[in-house]
Amino acid sequence: MKKIKAHTADAIYVRNYIKGDETALSHLINRHEQRIYSFIFSKVFDKNIADDIFQDTFIKVIRTLKRGKYNEEGKFLPWVMRIAHNLVIDFFRKSNRMPKFENKGDFNIFSVLTDNCLDAEKQMVKNQIECDVRNLITELPDDQQEVLMMRIYQEMSFKEISERTGVSINTALGRMRYALINLRKVIEKHQIILTN
Amino acid sequence: MANLYLNQSPNKKVENLRPRKETISFLLNYSKALRVIDYKKMKFEALLN
Repeated sequence: MKKIKAHTADAIYVRNYIKGDETALSHLINRHEQRIYSFIFSKVFDKNIADDIFQDTFIKVIRTLKRGKYNEEGKFLPWVMRIAHNLVIDFFRKSNRMPKFENKGDFNIFSVLTDNCLDAEKQMVKNQIECDVRNLITELPDDQQEVLMMRIYQEMSFKEISERTGVSINTALGRMRYALINLRKVIEKHQIILTN
Repeated sequence: MANLYLNQSPNKKVENLRPRKETISFLLNYSKALRVIDYKKMKFEALLN
């Protein structure tokens, strides 16, 4: 008997809502929010997600009612529960496709996951340093500059460098050594800071 | 708006849970703003602020 009364009350609220009585929706939500929300929460165990699904459920309800597509058969609550159930299934399908790691308790996902990329500021500093070093290299004598460019920037071996420049390997090694010494001298003399 | 997802114990009692007031308020406002316009055999939805 109580159930029949509840169904009739729902039917009246639904009819009034379709006719434009906005307070009827508030009554419908008030009557059923606890059961629907608890049902969703019992599946997802997360209040924020339960809120999202509850909201989506009633958005569907509102749109269907306003579009006049709802057939009143005295089964408002089972109908809403079915929508909620389908949305819960959709949620789990989505989360299976996109596994999500959350920080829970003593486990922090960032303890096993790191991003080694430099942040914007450090990247800018790095670019500036590389630019400064290139400028310093242009100050070196041509023969030293040539060897250093081939070794560092073109990653050639000293054998390849000696073949390319037509000097012995030892000469190429010597030029590289002097190039580095001279670079250090200039850096120290002008107190240039080249660290990130 | 970004959602703050908080830690939640799965063992928490399921009874007596209700959605947030903001959620209900959003739904009531959404309902007030939504108009379905019939045009011939088509239906258009309009959200009026």
